[in-house]
Amino acid sequence: MDNTFLQTFKIQGGNIYNAGKASTEIKAILKQLGINAKIVRRVAIASYEAEMNVVMYAKQATLKFEVSPSQISITVEDEGPGIPDVGLAMQEGYSTATPEMREMGFGAGMGLPNIKKNSDYLKIESILGKGTKVTITLNVN
Amino acid sequence: MYGEFHTIKFVSELCDGHMHCMRICPTQAIRVRNKKALLLEDRCIDCGECVRVCPNNAIIAMTSSFKDFSKFKYTIALPSPAFYAQFGKDTTPSLILEAFKKIGFDDAYDVACASEAVSIAIQEYLDTNKSPRPLISSFCPAIVQLIQIRYPNLLDHLIPIESPMEIAAREAKNLKMKETGLKASEIGAIYITPCPAKMLTIKNPLRKKHSFIDGAIAMHDIYPTLLQAIAQSNGSNDFKEVQGLGLGWPIVGGQVACLKAEDCLAVGGITDSVRILEDIENDKLKNIQYVECHSCPTACVGGTLAVENPYIARGRVLRMVKKYGSTPCQDREKIRGLYQKNFFSLTGKIPPHPVQPLDEEISKAIEKMQKKQGIHDKLPKIDCGACGSPTCLSFAEDVVLERVTLDDCIFVAIKKFEKLSSELLETVLRHSEKIDSNIEIITS
Repeated sequence: MDNTFLQTFKIQGGNIYNAGKASTEIKAILKQLGINAKIVRRVAIASYEAEMNVVMYAKQATLKFEVSPSQISITVEDEGPGIPDVGLAMQEGYSTATPEMREMGFGAGMGLPNIKKNSDYLKIESILGKGTKVTITLNVN
Repeated sequence: MYGEFHTIKFVSELCDGHMHCMRICPTQAIRVRNKKALLLEDRCIDCGECVRVCPNNAIIAMTSSFKDFSKFKYTIALPSPAFYAQFGKDTTPSLILEAFKKIGFDDAYDVACASEAVSIAIQEYLDTNKSPRPLISSFCPAIVQLIQIRYPNLLDHLIPIESPMEIAAREAKNLKMKETGLKASEIGAIYITPCPAKMLTIKNPLRKKHSFIDGAIAMHDIYPTLLQAIAQSNGSNDFKEVQGLGLGWPIVGGQVACLKAEDCLAVGGITDSVRILEDIENDKLKNIQYVECHSCPTACVGGTLAVENPYIARGRVLRMVKKYGSTPCQDREKIRGLYQKNFFSLTGKIPPHPVQPLDEEISKAIEKMQKKQGIHDKLPKIDCGACGSPTCLSFAEDVVLERVTLDDCIFVAIKKFEKLSSELLETVLRHSEKIDSNIEIITS
């Protein structure tokens, strides 16, 4: 088994002020590990979108960030409403954002599609009324 | 980077290890070891914040002095438009230009008008180019270095347009060559600079071989002499008054004000610039066309080498723009023609310059990162800086990289001392029971 660096972050739903802090830290760690800049950017975009989904919809979440010499993975497990139709949510442009969220520049319906675009593997498990677990994986090479 | 040098120098003999510089450095490039400040050169972006705060003046900005230009047969002063805002309201830009001739320069040349030309070129670039958005202004050398070090992904966003300083110097030299018959190498173009960072683009420009500027004198070095010349002036003036929106360039929002594009942003200061750059890297600002970033919070009017209070200077710029800004100094169609002939273009790529990773080998880097995390967990996380590293996290990194030892943290050292002393006390007490009961041991 490869050696793995692990760090967890707590994300508060509705806390727009701290939104994006975890992705900023993740980015800094990856840069210090000497990970290729293009991969760092993909991870940054994917983790930022995942973090924003929590801030916008969920009560709270834990973000688990892991790096091994071959793989980077981000697992976000939230306590929230869940996604009724994952297939629909994956479609570009589909959004359930409120007018307030749109006012702040979110809700273009690109969240999950953008995560998919910027990851090598994406798994979404959701239970209505309980929460969603998003697993994002990228290959280092 | 702009080569292997920086425009600030730490004078060890003058440094008392006060740590002001270490605390203010926005890229955490300074450490204090054995009561002396040290620069981690690969992290320094030459913003000059440390120069401002050093109580001992032990950090020097490396600019030129007038005597460096004695080799030239003819000298032209090119003051940064920020310089115009360092004087009282009766001292107009043209009077300032005129005064340079009285203090030993052969001539002076306005840069604000070139700023207007460059603004038109930026607008043309925005209109005709599909490169990644938002485009980021490339005129603050500290911001360019910040991007090279921390945001290599965003290098393609830096607009490949020549700076007003270079455009003005090229024009001034061509004009003087025609007028005097001298060769380009015999004419010295000297920038009057608000910050040391401009020296980087002069000594080692990116995307081209040579700068048209031959050196830069610090605003605060030349200010007293020039002020005196202005006071003694009889009012004669060969210069026309400087006109146009280019006068607004040295304040935050000055560039954006010259553009027709609406979706633009203007940011001052490293902290806020970092926030914007993070957003761009996270793909959040795709709808923005152009971002103007300055390392100084009040942009060039508040540069490290400026004289006046930056907010007073900013007010003066706004008044100048109000008074002289409405009359353009450039013919838009002519500039568009020049733009199409690549008069403003810079070609070539800017190289990335990321900070050294913890280790070249990824598995070792991961090990070191785990170690760093373990050390950080033991630290008080109050970022007191007493160890000589700016934050607990940077200290943990310094321990992993063997620059310091864990005991250099005063809190870790105290805990260790407490443990040692209680062990010692225990040993003494245990032995005392065996020896003469007349000896009294005081414990408190």
